[in-house]
Order: sequence, then C-alpha cells, then structure tokens
Amino acid sequence: MLAIFIKRVFMAIPVLLAVATMTFFLIKLAPGGPFDAEKAVSPQVLKNLNAVYNLDASEWEQYTDYMTGVIQGDFGPSFKYPGRSVTEMIASGLPITFELAMYAILIALVIGVLSGVLAALKRNTMLDFIPMAIAMIGICVPTFLMGPLLVLIFGIQLELLPVAGWGQLSGDKILPSITLGFAYAAYIARLSRGGMLEVLNQDFIRTARAKGLTERMVVIKHAMQGGLIPVVSFLGPAIAGLLAGSFVVETIFQIPGLGRFYVEAALNRDYTMILGTTIFFSAMIVFFNLISDLASLWLNPRSRDV
Amino acid sequence: MNKILLSFLSLILVISCSKNISPVDSGLETQTFHFGNGSEPQGIDPHIVTGVPEHHLLIALCEGLTTSNPRGGESLAGAAESWNISDDGKIYTFALQKNGKWSNGDPVTAQDFVWSWKRVLTPSLGSQYPDMLYYVQGAQEYHSHDSSQGVAQPSFDTVGVKALDDYTLEVTLNNPTPFFLGLLSHYSTWPVHKETVLKHGSIDDRNGQWTRPGNFVCNGAFQLKSWELNSRIIVERNPMYWDANTVGLNEIHFYPVQNVMTEDRMFRAGQLHVTSTLPSQKCPVYIEEKNPDLRIDPYMGTYFYRLNTKHPVLQDPKVRRALAFSIDRKQLVNKVTKCGQIPAYSFTPPGSNGYEPDTSITFDPEYAKSLLKEAGYDEDNPFPELEILFNTNEDHRKIALAIQQMWQQNLGVQIKLVNQDWKVYLNREMIGDFEVSRAGWIGDYEDPNTFLDTLRPNRGNNKTGWANPEYDMLVEKANETQDQAKRYDLLNRAERILIDEMPIIPLYTYVRSYQLSPDVKGHYPNYLDHHHPKYIYLERD
Repeated sequence: MLAIFIKRVFMAIPVLLAVATMTFFLIKLAPGGPFDAEKAVSPQVLKNLNAVYNLDASEWEQYTDYMTGVIQGDFGPSFKYPGRSVTEMIASGLPITFELAMYAILIALVIGVLSGVLAALKRNTMLDFIPMAIAMIGICVPTFLMGPLLVLIFGIQLELLPVAGWGQLSGDKILPSITLGFAYAAYIARLSRGGMLEVLNQDFIRTARAKGLTERMVVIKHAMQGGLIPVVSFLGPAIAGLLAGSFVVETIFQIPGLGRFYVEAALNRDYTMILGTTIFFSAMIVFFNLISDLASLWLNPRSRDV
Repeated sequence: MNKILLSFLSLILVISCSKNISPVDSGLETQTFHFGNGSEPQGIDPHIVTGVPEHHLLIALCEGLTTSNPRGGESLAGAAESWNISDDGKIYTFALQKNGKWSNGDPVTAQDFVWSWKRVLTPSLGSQYPDMLYYVQGAQEYHSHDSSQGVAQPSFDTVGVKALDDYTLEVTLNNPTPFFLGLLSHYSTWPVHKETVLKHGSIDDRNGQWTRPGNFVCNGAFQLKSWELNSRIIVERNPMYWDANTVGLNEIHFYPVQNVMTEDRMFRAGQLHVTSTLPSQKCPVYIEEKNPDLRIDPYMGTYFYRLNTKHPVLQDPKVRRALAFSIDRKQLVNKVTKCGQIPAYSFTPPGSNGYEPDTSITFDPEYAKSLLKEAGYDEDNPFPELEILFNTNEDHRKIALAIQQMWQQNLGVQIKLVNQDWKVYLNREMIGDFEVSRAGWIGDYEDPNTFLDTLRPNRGNNKTGWANPEYDMLVEKANETQDQAKRYDLLNRAERILIDEMPIIPLYTYVRSYQLSPDVKGHYPNYLDHHHPKYIYLERD
C-alpha cells in the first residue's frame, strides 16, 4: 500500500504542473485585465500598476517568476485586494470551507447511509420507496433552491435560525450544513442501497445467517463492510467537490469560505488568485482521490492484488 | 433506526432553536449599527482602493480637510476647521483643527497632508485616482514623471501644497476650480499616518501591512477593531476624534453581502439595519406593498448608452439623434426599471449643486424617422443591423430588450443584443470594439464637472471617440470661472452641444433604492449617497 501511495504522489507532480501551466497561459488569453474598471484608469496609471505587479515583463519571465514562488509556497499578492497575499486568503477561507464540508458530509453520511441501508433491508416496502423518493428529490432540487427555501421556513417564517453568517450568531451553521449535506445525502442513500443490495445476495451473507448470527450482526459486521465500498469511493471526490464547489451555499448564506474567492477571482481577473486557488483545488482533488482509493483498497482485499 | 435519526435531528433543532434576539434589536442598546456593504472591500488604504464599499468604510475611519454634508450641499468642516479662498480663487488656505488627532493620539498636522498628497502622486504607488489632485499646481507634472526616460523626478516642492505651519495648509491650484472643496470629500485626498505607513513599508508600497487591525491608524470618527475576510469588519468609536461628542454609535459592523437576495433576507430577519441595494424584481413589489422600510432616494448618476462615433454608420450625428429621439424614456422607467428612476434628458442629472440643464430629448418617432432619411437611409438603402453591448446582468438585458423593440418599431432598425462577461465588456469598450454599449456614470463630487469632464477628448472614460473643440473649450473655460451663474451657463452650453451631437444617449437618472430600519436616525437622503456615520444613531420610536 505504501508503494502505491508513493507512486501516486509522484504521479501528482506532473498533473499539478500541467494544471498550473495551462491555467497561467489560459487566463492571459481571456480579454480584460485585473485593473479594468468602469471608471477607466489613465494609461499612465495602468503603466504604473503593470510595473508594480510585474505585468510588463515577458510572459515567460512572469511564468518562471510565478512558478519559482509557488515552489517556495508563495502564491504571490492578490491583484484585487492590495496588501493581501493569495496564500493568506486561501488560509483564511479554507478552515471555514472545510468545517462546512465536514458538517455537510457528516449529515450526508448519517442520513444517507441509514436510509440507504434501511431501504436495502426492507426492499420494495414503503421503507424503501419513501426514502428513495426523497433521495431522488434531494438529487434533483438544487442547493440554490433548497437553501432559500429552508431560510424562508426556519429563518424568516419561524424565526428559529439566523438566515446568514458563519459563527456570528448561535445556530447560523445549521441551515447551510443541512442544505449542502442534503444533496450529498441523497447520492449516498442511493449508493449505499445499491451496494447493500448487491452484498446481501452474496454467499458469505447466507453463510453468516446460517451460522445463526443475529440480523443486526450480519448487517453491521458483514454486509456493510462490502456494501459501503461505493460510498467510500464516492466520498473522496465528494469532499474535494465540497471544498471547491460550495460556492452557491457560501453565497446564499454569506459564508466566508474559499468557494467565493475562487469564482470571484475569475470574474475579477485576479490572476494570482485564480492560479493559487486552481492549483490548491487541484491538489485537493488529487489528494482526496488518493485517500479514497486507499480506503477502498483497505476495505476490499480483492483489489489489493490488482 | 428511524427513531434514532428523528431524535438526532430534533436534538439539533431544539439545541439551537431558542428564539434568537436579532442583531437589530440588540443593536439598539449597544448602539451597534449593522451595515450591508455590498462586497468585500479591496482594502482601506485611501490612496489605493476604489469603489463604494471601500468608501463606506473609509468615511468612518478617516477624514479629509472637508466632509460631506449629511443632508447634501455645501461641504462641512473636517480635519480643517475653516478655510480661506484668495480673490482669484486659486489659493486655498486651510486652518486645521487644533485638537485634530490620529487614532493613536498624535496630532494631525499640515505636514501630514503634504506627505499624503505626495504619496498619492508618487507614480510607483499606482494610485488609481491621482487625477483628483491634478487641479493642484504642478501635481499632474509630478505624477506623470516617467523614470524610465532617465529624467530625474521633479522635487515635490514644485507641487502647490505647502505646510505654512503645523496647522495651516496652503493649496495653490492651476485654475479657480469652484468644485475643489467638493473634491476634498473624495477619499483619495484624505491623509494617512506617515509613521505608520513607513513602519510597515515604503511610501509607494501597495502591499504594506499598515492597514491591518492593530496597525491601522487614521483620523476618522471610528477606528478599525477587527476584519474577518469576506465575513465582517468591525469599527468602533475613536475616542481621539476631535468631534467625538457628536458620534452616536459605538460600533459599526460591515457585512460584505454580495448576493442581493441574501441581503434582503438578512434585512427581513433583523440581521441588518440597512442594505446596500435592493433586488430589482422586489422594488415594484415593495412599492406596491407600501413597505415602510423601502427608501428610494435621489442619486447623482446617469444610465446611458455610448455610441461609437468612429463607427461608419454612427459617425453621422443625424443617425445618433435619430436613435436618441426614438426612445420613450417614460415607458422605460415605468414599465421596465419600475423603481422610481427618472427619465434623463441630459447627461448631468438635473439639480447637481443647483445646476439645471435645459436640454431636452423628446420622444418623437416621426422626427427620428426624418433624421434617418436625411442621413440617407430609406427603403432602397436600409439601415444596417446594429449591436447593443452590455455586461451580463438581467436588468441590463431587460433595458436592452426594450430599446431593441423601440428602435425596431419606431425606426425599423434591426438590433442584435450581445452580452459579455464584465471584464470582456470593459475591454471591448476600451478598445472601441462596439457599436452601442450600455454605461453608467456616478458623480464623484456634487458638481456637473464630474459628468461633463468625462466626455472631453483624451479622457479615458470618453470611450465614444467623440471630440468637439468647442465643447472642450467651454468645459475648460467653466473651470476657470468663479462666478457660479456664469459657470453653469457655460456648462449648459456644453451640455447642449453634447445633446445636439449625441455621442451618448442618456436614458434615466439613477435612484438609490435600499431598505433602512426605522431605528436608524440621522441618515438623510443626499445626492452623492454619502452618509457620514458620525451623525447616525439608533433609537426606536
């Protein structure tokens, strides 16, 4: 397993290098620059600004300068927010995005696995149909609808929970976590139901039952280990996706996470911020995919020999 | 298992669902003002940042020589307690507040202003608003110095700003510039604390850490307490402020809520006292419902269409006039924008510091058609298809659709709508790659010059390619005239040339629509939308 781990880490380096290089040159191709504004700056001012941010050097020179910085862990200064470095901004948003992602994944796992397993055990009964129908709705209803809907009910009508913010008012983390978690709960419910159904029909389950184990032991000890492998494989990309893709929930609930920086950087042509967040998210995706693959290997002995 | 699940969920809800006291309610007692600030401010270095959210913060934290009047009109005393203007209108002598202090207790001196203006005009700082000071003698020459040419930077002594003593500042202007005092309410002219700036970097360091909480020192009514990126900025009352007795609030919390729907929900849930704006689709609903929190205030801004006068078809003023005279502006504001906007018949909004332009652009499709015919377009020579460029935004789209329909109906002109990402749109405007493009302009100070100056040749914001020597001469002459009536007459003549030649088509005058809690007192409508927080306090009727 260690060999696989080392091999995959080395494979990630050219991937990240390619991502950084392509992003660097692609953003330069996009029309408009970081200092374009409705109130145009004079050519003199633009020249000064380009000099300050080294944008008057050749593209190759800018690229090598940037990559040298990145290797040393310096993503450069943000163009949009003078006085702030990209590293600092990622560091400020990451813990919040991570916390939100963890709550969401926890909610998704509890709801998803419980209802999925239950649906598989009570196949073709109401306990199967109802959670699965809800799961289907969860997959179909986008977060930008679910979020405001929950806010309207719990925030504005019932006045029970704050409608926005993160860590400022008591209970303001509940609605965004549920909104984000619910969409993933739906996927996990369907995956765990499918996985469990497949495992429950296998011989070793029949053997376990024949040995006289209680149904609870059969399910928890034997069936779930194999039945939840699809969920584990899903979790890696899901966490990476949650880290990069919670922009909508962060915007609806006014959460100061990374997702907003990521999208706004592109709109602002904040070159260093775009590069920094892209490289960071790519690294996250590579990392969580690796973790999820390793977890699957550990859960499924058959694939270790492959 | 379902039972476990249910009890888990109910537990989460019960733990947190004791009814919260809303920030607006609790703010009454603590005098904490919760302010919806639109987007995350770029920073709080007054010489570097640009934008409205930044202005809201800076007006609380720092103070220029004069401050905006909370009810609009004449500027009030700020860091300067009084000022004298020489007979020729070119020399301003400011007497600074004797008890003016920085938030660390140091006295605010005339030398601080000289150094601060030197900083704004230092080319390598890359300030985006140095032109605010170009009216000062020698300022433009100092700022435009190009070090790569091998010529030594002129001494700052050549610039017309001098500290006569610690509390007397003398400013010499190129021309009388009657709106100079108004210009001083713009944050790019405000002072910074030299020692603090230099402690964390050099005079031209854009990325210095002096603006961080704990480091930041300025001379405003409030001081920086904390800054959580993209979440909340807190400023607290500054006990060192010279007019601290007037200040009613203890703290202001600025929330960078970019999503207008989120901001609206936060206001409804009592998390904000004031919103930065209003979802445009909600405005007519709130008007209909007679929502008591809705505010629609006059605002010094014009929504207009730019015409590319270098384009072969649009270079004919008759064509440009035909387009302008075939737009029913009343219909546009009543049926499309629907939030109290005012049809615009001049570029400068009427009433800017007493200036009333007498231009008119009547809705006259017949006249418009005849103009098009005079320009040589008829059945045999049909008018070519035109393109309206706008940045991706539902409100701009609606307006463009209405204009498209009016031009098609009234002139038989085919129009194509093109929406682009914000930066692409700006870039296309800048390089002249457009035919008709939507635009907006908000005044920086309360004077018609802030509008009319932009359409002079060689101004970066002209973007239409239009140049008229007589217009240019009139605007320049107006700036040299001290007599306000004569000056406005000259500007009015310039405005008439503008409307005759129509390089831009004014559509409507903006309004500021937002929601304000009735607890907020001392917040008055004014044309520039400058609300000095030192006059604001919270009280429930």
